[in-house]
Amino acid sequence: MTDRVYPDEPVGAFPRPPLSFTDGEGRAVEVRESGREDYEALVGMYEAFDPADRAQGIPPVAESAIREWLDNLLAMESLNVVATNEGEPVGHAILVPDDQGEYELAVFVLHEYQNAGIGTELLETLLGYGQERGVEKVWLSVERWNEPAIALYRKLGFETSDAESFELEMTIRLG
Amino acid sequence: MKILLGMGGRDDGFEALEATLERAREAGDNLTVAVLETSSEDDVDAVAAAVRERIAENGVDATVRTVRGHPGSELASIAEDEGFDRIVLGGGQRSPLGKINLGEVAEFVLLNADVTVTLVR
Repeated sequence: MTDRVYPDEPVGAFPRPPLSFTDGEGRAVEVRESGREDYEALVGMYEAFDPADRAQGIPPVAESAIREWLDNLLAMESLNVVATNEGEPVGHAILVPDDQGEYELAVFVLHEYQNAGIGTELLETLLGYGQERGVEKVWLSVERWNEPAIALYRKLGFETSDAESFELEMTIRLG
Repeated sequence: MKILLGMGGRDDGFEALEATLERAREAGDNLTVAVLETSSEDDVDAVAAAVRERIAENGVDATVRTVRGHPGSELASIAEDEGFDRIVLGGGQRSPLGKINLGEVAEFVLLNADVTVTLVR
């Protein structure tokens, strides 16, 4: 595996969890640290996830596959934040370490909560949580046609590191 | 059916090998395994030896050959020149988060081969 290229300069400080805000549809949303204690609630969220919003094979569709996948994401070394509305998770963002000590990022928001600013708040808070825990290098891959997502990642400080495969790879330096 | 499995030394290649051997046993396919020089660091001859061993254990009759050069274009050429019905490839690596990443060989073959391509999940 070739080494990823990261921006030379770290980004500024992101907000840290917990964080409360009103989303674009007037709903009260809280973003907080998450982990194993949210396992069953997150299984429920991913069971309700619109299959059309899947990307690159995740989240899985079958409940058994969702459970196996979440077991991995909620492991000790990963960092998780959830966005909740009325106590129930409506979005989830994750940093999972790879074998190089760098972290892969992903974010998921339930369909009816999209386009209301929740993804942005989730990502900023997750990156702030990462900074708090000393995470320095974060990467992600995104489908090339997903321009809104790419624009958002760019706004947060991600830069394209690899544009030569099916998916675009982007990186950010947190500290 | 005359099948050409293209693989490097990665897990998804070996998973595709298992699925293809299983199918060959049931359907009586004429199977050729092309061990490719991919971007992974695995030695082609060592991978070919592991593949031969797996085929022998399985008791299926299959040909193994090593292919040097650009893996995607070599695979597509072999399939066309030698009348294969289908190219089979591994379904991609999973990232730490579980995202599927299709490799450069799969991308090239899907776009450029003239025969049916199967990705094994």
